[in-house]
Amino acid sequence: MTSISERRLEQRPPLEKIMDTVFLWAARISALAIAGVLIWIITLVFIQALPAIGQFGLGFLFKSTWNPVRDEYGILTPIYGTIVSSLIALLISVPIGLGVSIVLSEDYLPTQIQRILVFLVELLAAIPSVVYGLWGVFVLIPFLREITPLKGPSMLPAALILSVMILPTISAIARDALINVDIGVRQAAVGLGATRWETILLVILPAASSGIIGGIMLALGRALGETMAVTMLIGNSNQLNVSLFQPSNTISSLLANQFAEASGLQVSALMYAALVLAIITLVVNMLAQIVVTQLQKI
Amino acid sequence: MLSSEDTINQTQAVLNAENVDIYYGDFLALKGIYMEIPKNKVTAFIGPSGCGKSTLLRCYNRLNDLIPVFKLNGKITYHGQNLYDQDVDPVQVRRRIGMVFQKPNPFPKSIYENITFGAKINGFKGDFDQLVEESLRGAALWEEVKDKLKQNGMSISGGQQQRLCIARTIALKPDVILMDEPCAALDPISTLKVEELIHQLKEEYTIIIVTHNMQQAARVADYTGFFNVRVTEEGKRQGYLAEHDLTEVIFQNPKEEATKQYVSGRFG
Ligand SMILES: Nc1ncnc2c1ncn2[C@@H]1O[C@H](COP(=O)(O)OP(=O)(O)OP(=O)(O)O)[C@@H](O)[C@H]1O
Ligand SMILES: [Mg+2]
Repeated sequence: MTSISERRLEQRPPLEKIMDTVFLWAARISALAIAGVLIWIITLVFIQALPAIGQFGLGFLFKSTWNPVRDEYGILTPIYGTIVSSLIALLISVPIGLGVSIVLSEDYLPTQIQRILVFLVELLAAIPSVVYGLWGVFVLIPFLREITPLKGPSMLPAALILSVMILPTISAIARDALINVDIGVRQAAVGLGATRWETILLVILPAASSGIIGGIMLALGRALGETMAVTMLIGNSNQLNVSLFQPSNTISSLLANQFAEASGLQVSALMYAALVLAIITLVVNMLAQIVVTQLQKI
Repeated sequence: MLSSEDTINQTQAVLNAENVDIYYGDFLALKGIYMEIPKNKVTAFIGPSGCGKSTLLRCYNRLNDLIPVFKLNGKITYHGQNLYDQDVDPVQVRRRIGMVFQKPNPFPKSIYENITFGAKINGFKGDFDQLVEESLRGAALWEEVKDKLKQNGMSISGGQQQRLCIARTIALKPDVILMDEPCAALDPISTLKVEELIHQLKEEYTIIIVTHNMQQAARVADYTGFFNVRVTEEGKRQGYLAEHDLTEVIFQNPKEEATKQYVSGRFG
């Protein structure tokens, strides 16, 4: 009999160790590959944008001419259009999406109906954006023409369509965040005599806020980059117009519209625009990260 | 079943269960409970896992209302008023009958806000700073956290969190405090602190505590209810109140054989 202290730890089988190493490297390579693809894309876009950057500098961001004949380019209108259409979309879909997520995370509805509604909301995300575009052209714009001064494709229908398209992102992520709030916290609030609304507004929503903000930022990212439906509805005009009833443009619809026929410096200018869009999206995501980590600290 | 009836009846009953059956869907979890909870005393609920201690505890402040399949037959009265009457508002019940849970569950808010939450939703008009200090002192936590009231309630130790939850409950100035295994997640020192606290609290409050720790029941409780499980003919497990008496009687001289076995640790 050997006492415990004399017994040596056994070696693990070599195969097990090899598997560990293989797994570790597979994980490392996958992680690096993602970063690599991102850097590769940005670098390529940047190289192709170089001629336009040299030619126009930062003035590119503040001019609203887009003239392939004279090779004069500026993207003030698309930048403005991108930001405004996305913000309007958020303004509409955040309150609605939060409402939807609250209803679908509480037990207001019979489980069956709730399940169907959850499915339908998720289905909204599965509709191809060209279908949204068609619906906008044939239903939304004619309808808006009846009730507003709007004449045809313009900022308002584009922003409205965007709000519908990002609704499922917000409501699905917010619902997950709400459902994942520790049940103990809810019981604590109810146990202290909070009504259902007090529980939701004062405890559950704040506890889920980092997840909800994350969802909103993801939705914003989608709105900033959405191309097809917006291109079909926004009118694609580079005239800077503050009215929501006038045609406007976004960076992605500018790219979608012009790329096929572009050549020379115009290609480079479009690449420059693409770079700007990538930077805007990146900044939004970074801000989101900061906000989320700040909220988690509180 | 309720022996030493006279001793229990000498003090005024705050809560009284009369022939209570509790169902989850078709499942009869607890059957035929008659039980009086005396005022300003500590009553312990003990018994094997799954016998329905938490279930009954949650009935006293209608927390089971959150469970859709929950159903109660019979009567639970609070100072004579049936808690399950149509016109009783569960929100009002919970403001009088507070609850401390097994797992410390502070809100992800500051320590300060954890305490003031209940007061705020109740339309409290007084001095919040004073309420916070009073409640934290009442829960023997003030000295440890007075310099970090702005810190998140989840950033303190588990034992401190549990005392914060107790402080949050007494900030409501309830009448009854229900505690469901409040020390299950705590180390021995924190447990001792909570027990001392319970001793102080019973001056002002009526307390019911569920515990799996026999020594704890013996230490803190004036009365003890032993719940047990029987298997019905259909093979369902059904909880019932086996014996309810002064704690000394339950631990030293129980009437039921099952109680004797359980409190001495010789239980299946
Ligand atoms: N929400 C619920 N839905 C359905 N059945 C439940 C629910 N909660 C408890 N039960 C059942 O009711 C019975 C009593 O459960 P309860 O949690 O009250 O036991 P307990 O005595 O507190 O046990 P423990 O000591 O393990 O905490 C168990 O059979 C349990 O499975
Ligand atoms: Mg329990």
